[in-house]
Amino acid sequence: MPSTIVTEEIELIHADKGPGGGNFAGDGGNGGDDGDTGNSSGGTRVPQRAYITGMIIALAGILMFFMAFVSAYIVRKDMPNSAWIPLQVPRILWLNTFVLIASSFTLVRAHGRFTAKDEEGFRHWWATSTILGVLFVVGQIIAWHQLAAQGIFLATNPSSSFFYVFTGAHGVHLLGGILALLYVQFRATRKVARGTAIEVVSLYWHFMDGLWFFLFLLLYLGR
Amino acid sequence: MSSHAHTGGSTVHAPMAEPSGFIRKYIFSVDHKVIGIQYFLLALTAVVIGIVLSLLMRFHLVWPNATLPFVSGGQMSQEQYLALVTMHGTIMVFFVLTTAPQGGFGNYFLPIQIGAPDMAFPRLNMLSFWVTFLAFVCIIAAFVVPGGAPISGWTGYTPLSGLGEISGPGEGWGQTLWIVSISLFCLASLLGALNFIATTIDLRAPGMSLMRMPLTVWGWFVTAILGLLAFGVLLAGGILLLLDRSAGTSFFIPAGLVVNDQLQPHSGGSPLLWQHLFWFFGHPEVYIAILPGMGVASHVLSTFARKPVYGYRAMAYAICAIGFLGFMVWGHHMFVSGMSPYSGFAFSVLTMSIGVPSAIKTFNWLGTLWGGKIQFKTPMLFALGFVSLFVSGGLSGLFLAQPAVDNMLHATYYVVAHFHLVMGVAAIFGIFAATYFWFPKMFGRMMNEPLGKIHFWFTFVGAYCIFMPMHFIGIAGGIRRYADASAVGFLAHLQPVHQFMTIAAFITGAAQLFFLFNFFYSLKFGPKASKNPWNATTLEWDTDSPPPMDNFGGHYPSVYRGPYEFSVPGAGDDFIPQWLEPSQVARAK
Repeated sequence: MPSTIVTEEIELIHADKGPGGGNFAGDGGNGGDDGDTGNSSGGTRVPQRAYITGMIIALAGILMFFMAFVSAYIVRKDMPNSAWIPLQVPRILWLNTFVLIASSFTLVRAHGRFTAKDEEGFRHWWATSTILGVLFVVGQIIAWHQLAAQGIFLATNPSSSFFYVFTGAHGVHLLGGILALLYVQFRATRKVARGTAIEVVSLYWHFMDGLWFFLFLLLYLGR
Repeated sequence: MSSHAHTGGSTVHAPMAEPSGFIRKYIFSVDHKVIGIQYFLLALTAVVIGIVLSLLMRFHLVWPNATLPFVSGGQMSQEQYLALVTMHGTIMVFFVLTTAPQGGFGNYFLPIQIGAPDMAFPRLNMLSFWVTFLAFVCIIAAFVVPGGAPISGWTGYTPLSGLGEISGPGEGWGQTLWIVSISLFCLASLLGALNFIATTIDLRAPGMSLMRMPLTVWGWFVTAILGLLAFGVLLAGGILLLLDRSAGTSFFIPAGLVVNDQLQPHSGGSPLLWQHLFWFFGHPEVYIAILPGMGVASHVLSTFARKPVYGYRAMAYAICAIGFLGFMVWGHHMFVSGMSPYSGFAFSVLTMSIGVPSAIKTFNWLGTLWGGKIQFKTPMLFALGFVSLFVSGGLSGLFLAQPAVDNMLHATYYVVAHFHLVMGVAAIFGIFAATYFWFPKMFGRMMNEPLGKIHFWFTFVGAYCIFMPMHFIGIAGGIRRYADASAVGFLAHLQPVHQFMTIAAFITGAAQLFFLFNFFYSLKFGPKASKNPWNATTLEWDTDSPPPMDNFGGHYPSVYRGPYEFSVPGAGDDFIPQWLEPSQVARAK
């Protein structure tokens, strides 16, 4: 290559530093998920938005997990010789669904109080949401007991199998959400990280709420 | 302990304190580099076991009546052969082809190549390794439980896998452990995928735009997205299968099934439902195994041809296209399952359309080599081998993608030859290329070149000697998973071909000792590696070998250009690293 005529090209290739990636000199929050202990990590390492990104990604994975169950449900129900007996969904599910949706509204309220820097109001509404979440889980367990009292168990019929799988898998995820709510209530204290934790947990909670609403419609209308 | 040196918006930080104590530093470490090496060593253990299993299978196919010292009763039963098939496939696909390229090299190099000090969620990273390890313990335990290892293949097809002990030895405890192991593996892979994606999106260094990422990072990134969307589906399937086995549900087991003269107490389930759930995961899994290898091949070819990757953008887009299409072709594993011809047609066309991005990649690899000043170092040889095997194995995929042809070739050795070349050996060559290429960075020492070249030639020629003849056995009607083909009249005359393949397999297997020796010898006695022994351009070569705890020793790099600036006209050196400020670039005299 004759180097004499092309020296300018170097400038073109250098260009600028471009748009591109993040700068993890973040906003003062402690870094990493080794957050509170703050042991090995000096200074800032992970921008707060990574936690939001992480939660959205996790929800995509969780959605695929549940959609696998849902598609199995649709396929299995309409199989020839499926031996499918439609399940009478326990009536308490209506109440449970109402309670869970209410918990999302109280959670939005809590978030509003937090942004308004009203600590007491935040704690009040956040705790309300947690209690409503626990009530939902209790309600689901009551529904299980009612079915069991009628002699309807996991293996009784494919429709009941799917009912227990849906409610069980959702229940486990919701218990995780309750633990996260409790964590924010009692443990998350640092200011910036706390704001992120509230965002992340809210995202998760609203998703679980919406997911339940979908599953409930499926169990009720799609039986 | 926490050393704060945070000064305003500056990017200068005090180096992170390394944890003291063996356990925190090497066992339960949150450092992505240690975790990467842990994944790599896990895969190395798994691959040794997997190779031994395959050699036992090859031995049995040729000498079915031989007396073996470690088999109870002396001769291997057909069920024991099937157990070998199952465990070889499971260990290789999950614990080698998924674990080494993504968990191992991805973990080690993705953060460094984008200029990050660690993964976004280091503790989650540690958790995903240890759950993977637990999954590995479960699958190995299947060898020693009553009944031994499962016999239903790495695909765990129902109803065989859903009935328990009655359907064969290994279908009791062994199959349960298999499902538990795979489910744990799914969980670990989901956590890993989450971490990879969040890290790539949010932790890139200033200047590291998406189109400046090394193609290795593109490979790991898209692989992580595939894993995120695929592993959850297999996890759901695994849970349903476990319920069928242990709770008496009927998701996958049909009514009226009689096994060993006993009517099974199930009703109305669909074995095909399992196949759909499995292959919805299973086909993306193929790309989970191969995409990181494609990234490594592009990276290494460019470095040792001293030329930029030809058509960088097209390469990145092709990786995305392959990942996207990979989710729409799972039905081509089920052409003979009685699916509607219209579905078969759709799956067929979509499958063949993957040939387009694959051809773009191959074309661009050749374009990268064209006119380059090629240096035939060991990593380069393995990258070239990758391209060769990917083409050889990929072409037979176009035949299998057509339902009419697949009806003849399904479940024959043709399929076995196809996926071993394109997904098995090609991906392994990607792993070898990565190992020889990054060993200096990971361990601070160079590997031995002559030994590496001997290893390459034995493995390359050996792989073709094993798997090329296998195509012909498949076309002749040789059915896979038969424990003893010599007992089948129309297959008996193919035994000499089997013998040739078995001998080739033993030689190739033995040649891996060159690699193991080279690896462990060089760990201790290899010549010290400099910061940038290959004169490469990406960020991992901007730091010590091996890198310090926080990767860049207290400073965070900035990125000024694309990843493959080799042989730039007018530049003084034949490579311009990504981290070099424009003012520091040497001009040609």
